[in-house]
Amino acid sequence: MDKSKANLAVDLKGLACPMPVLKTKKALDSLQPGQVLFVEVTDKGSKADIPAMLRRTGNELVEMDEKDNVFSFLIKKVK
Amino acid sequence: MEEKKKRMAIIASKGTLDMAYPPLILASTAVAMDVEVEIFFTLYGVDIVNKKKYHSLQVAPIANPAMPSPVPFPNILGVLPGMTGMATMMMKGMIKKINWPTIPELLHVCLESGVKMIACTPTLEMTGLSKEDLVEGVEVAGAAEFLDFALDANISLFV
Repeated sequence: MDKSKANLAVDLKGLACPMPVLKTKKALDSLQPGQVLFVEVTDKGSKADIPAMLRRTGNELVEMDEKDNVFSFLIKKVK
Repeated sequence: MEEKKKRMAIIASKGTLDMAYPPLILASTAVAMDVEVEIFFTLYGVDIVNKKKYHSLQVAPIANPAMPSPVPFPNILGVLPGMTGMATMMMKGMIKKINWPTIPELLHVCLESGVKMIACTPTLEMTGLSKEDLVEGVEVAGAAEFLDFALDANISLFV
């Protein structure tokens, strides 16, 4: 995953549901449409939770990766 | 034309520390998913928005066989003095371990993100409380106001 493409990187490791979703959404709200967000979490539910939130808010999951129990997401703000 | 927002209506009727979490977690998450939310606090649930009480909600071990315990523990011993305090301390320890926000923190996240919060008028009268006793931003209304919102909701929950 190319983290350098991101306009903003947020570290949410160690947080439990619902905080990763809330903080990911808050970070997205601070971006302009077209900009890219990079998020890292350790909460296992986020693998399903963050894509669900993105689907419902009309934003785009560009890439998801899992390595050493850390999930990383590259997200494009659509609206 | 913009699509009409989805809605979730929740009734929060319990005033224990454990049962204060589900409505607030669902509400804050729903708002992050562009859902419009109202929580109607009734009966003991009003404690969750009571300024003097929401910092010190407790867990009752009695009649709750699911309450985790470090040692085997007959449930009836939950009646002993100090057991509620002990169960609350344990629960707070578990909450801290997973970095969960406290109830006041989560409540303010909800209010700041636009969750509509209503405290039930008969409960306030019954317990001698007024709007001034509630966390700022919480409104006061009755059953018809909740139903008016819930009639157009996609999700309705009673907690």
